[in-house]
Amino acid sequence: MKKAKTYKLITEITGIILSALLLFPFFLVVINSAKKSADIVISPIALPSDLGQVLENMKNVINNQNFSYWKSFGSSLLITCTALLLLTLFSSMAAWVLVRNRTKWSNVIFMMFVAAMVIPFQVVMLPLLSTFRSFSSFTGISMLSSYKGIIFAYLGFGGSMSVFILHGFIKGIPYELEEAALIDGCSPEGTFFRIIFPLLKPIHMTVIILNGIWIWNDYLLPSLMLGLNGRIKTLPVAVSSFVGSYVKQWDLILTAALLAMIPIVILFVIAQKQIIQGMVEGAIK
Amino acid sequence: MKGVKKLNINVKRTLSILEITVGFILICFALYLDVSGSEHSMRGTILTAGALLVILGVYCIPTRKHRAIVNVLFLFPLVFAFAVTVLVPFALGIFYSFTNWTGIRFTEFVGLDNYIRMFRSRDYVYSFVITFIFTVFNMFLVNLAAFSLALLCTSNVRGKNFYRAAFFLPNLIGGIVLGYVWQFIFNKVFTSIFAGSASMLTDPNLALLAILMVSTWQYAGYIMMIYVTGLQSVPKDILEASGVDGANRWITLFKIKMPMMANTFTVCIFLTLVNSFKQFDLNLAITNGAPSRILGLKPVSSTEFMALNIYKTAIAKNEYALGQTKAVVFFVILAIVSLTQVYISKKKEVEM
Repeated sequence: MKKAKTYKLITEITGIILSALLLFPFFLVVINSAKKSADIVISPIALPSDLGQVLENMKNVINNQNFSYWKSFGSSLLITCTALLLLTLFSSMAAWVLVRNRTKWSNVIFMMFVAAMVIPFQVVMLPLLSTFRSFSSFTGISMLSSYKGIIFAYLGFGGSMSVFILHGFIKGIPYELEEAALIDGCSPEGTFFRIIFPLLKPIHMTVIILNGIWIWNDYLLPSLMLGLNGRIKTLPVAVSSFVGSYVKQWDLILTAALLAMIPIVILFVIAQKQIIQGMVEGAIK
Repeated sequence: MKGVKKLNINVKRTLSILEITVGFILICFALYLDVSGSEHSMRGTILTAGALLVILGVYCIPTRKHRAIVNVLFLFPLVFAFAVTVLVPFALGIFYSFTNWTGIRFTEFVGLDNYIRMFRSRDYVYSFVITFIFTVFNMFLVNLAAFSLALLCTSNVRGKNFYRAAFFLPNLIGGIVLGYVWQFIFNKVFTSIFAGSASMLTDPNLALLAILMVSTWQYAGYIMMIYVTGLQSVPKDILEASGVDGANRWITLFKIKMPMMANTFTVCIFLTLVNSFKQFDLNLAITNGAPSRILGLKPVSSTEFMALNIYKTAIAKNEYALGQTKAVVFFVILAIVSLTQVYISKKKEVEM
C-alpha cells in the first residue's frame, strides 16, 4: 500500500515539473513582452517590473508597417475560413459522388487523390508558381498575391486528404437512406444537401480542424505566393517579415510572437476537446 | 396541367441552351482577348462569368441524364483545383528536372545533368546526410517522449486533462513563430542562465541538438495523444486478468499493453519519420542553416535540412532546375517510406 502511494507521489511531482518545463517557453514570451529592450539584456528571466510595458510594446508592434497585426490577422482569417468552407463543401460533394458512383473512373480519381497524399509540397511549389504566373498573365485573373489564388491552392492541396477522410465516412452511411428520398421524388443534388450533408457534421469537424490548423500556421505556401512584403500577408508571414526588419529587437519580436499565438490559444481553450480529437482521428486514418 | 408542365420544360430547355450559348460566346471572347494580347482588365471577369453561365446552363437543362450531370458538376471544383495545383505542377516538375529551367522558361534538355551535378555538390550530400541523422534521432526522441508522456497522462495522476492540453499546445502554434521564440531562448535565455557560455546555435553539433530539442518539444504532445488513444483501447478485462494473475505494473506494460498496441506504434513511427524528414519551418526560423561547418577546407551550412536546401537552391540562389531536381529526389524518398508503411500495415492486417 505504501509503495503505491510513493509511486503516485512520484508521478504527481513528475507531472508538475514536466508541464512547468514544457510551458516555460510560453511563460518567457509573456514576461519578456512586458519588458523594454534594455531590461531583456539585463536579465531575460527576471519578472517584468512594469506590466504596462506590454501594452506599449503591443501598440508599437500592431501599428508597425511590416506587421500590421489587424490586417494580417484579417487576411489569415479570411483565407482560412473561406478555404475551409469551400474545402468542406467541395470535398464532401466529390467524396459523395466517388462513393455512390462505382465506375472505373471514380476509382481512378479516388486512387489519384490517395496517391497524391504522398506528394510533398516542395516538389510542386516551383512549377506551381510558374503555372500560376503564366495563368495570370494569360487570362488576366491574378492568382499570385491575391486571395483567390491562395484559396484555390489550399483547395487543391487540402483536397486529397479531405476526400480520403470523407470517403471512408460516407461509405458507412446506408444507401437505403438516399434511395428512399430518390423514390419520393427528390433530385440527386437535393438528396445530397438535405440528407447526406447534415449527416457528415462529425466528420466535417475533423476535416475542418486538420486543415484549419495547417492552413492557419502554413508559412511556405503564402510566403511564396504572396511574397514576404506583399500587399496581403498571413500572420506567420507577417511575423517572419517583422523579424527580418527588426533583427534582435527581442522585446518587439516576442510581442509579435505573443500576438500571433493569442488567437489560436484562445481557440484551443474554447474547443480543446474537439481540436485534440480531430487531430488524433485525422492521424489514425 | 400536363400542358403547363410540358411548356415549363420547354421554357427551361430554351433558357438553359441560351445560357450555355451565351456563356460559350463569353469564354471564346475572353480567350480571343487573351490570345490577341489585349491587356483589357475585364477579360478575367468575362471568362469567369462565361464559365459560370455554362455550368448553370448544363445544370438546369432538363434531361434523363441529370444524375450524371450532377455527378460531373459535383466532382468538378475539387478535381479542377487538385489538377491545377497538384497534378500539373507535379508532372511539370519532374519534366523540368531534366531541363535547364530558370523558373520562367527552359531552352534545352540536359538529361541527367542536374542529377549528376546535385550528387556532386558538397552542400547537397551534406544536407542529405544531416537530414537522415536528424530524422533518426528525432523519430526516436519524439516517440520516447511521447510514450512516456502518454503513460503519465493515462496514470491516475490528478489534473490529467490539464497535462494533455499543456503538452499538446506547442503543436498548435506554427513552427515559424515558435522557431523565433526558441532562437531567443537559445541566444539570450540559456546564455544568461549558464552565464558565460556561448549560444548553442554557434556550434554545428549543438545547433543540431537545439533543433532536435525544439522539434521534440513541439511534436511529442501530438504523438502522445495518439499513444493515449492506443493505451486506452487495450481492453480492461485483459488488464484485470493480468492483475489477478499477479503481473505488476511493468510486466503489464511491456508484456500486455505494448504488444497490444503494435499498430499505434507503426502509425506513430511513420508519422514522425515523415514529418521529421519534411522539417522546414523550425529549421528556417531557428538556424536558417547556420552555423557553417568546415568540410574539406570548404564551409557548408551545418544544419540545412533537405527541405530548406531545396528552398534555398531555388529561391535564394535562383537555380530553379537544380532545386526542382532535389525536390524530385525528396519526393522519391518519401514515396518509398510511405509504400513501406502501407506494406507493413497490410502485412500486419493479414497476420491478425
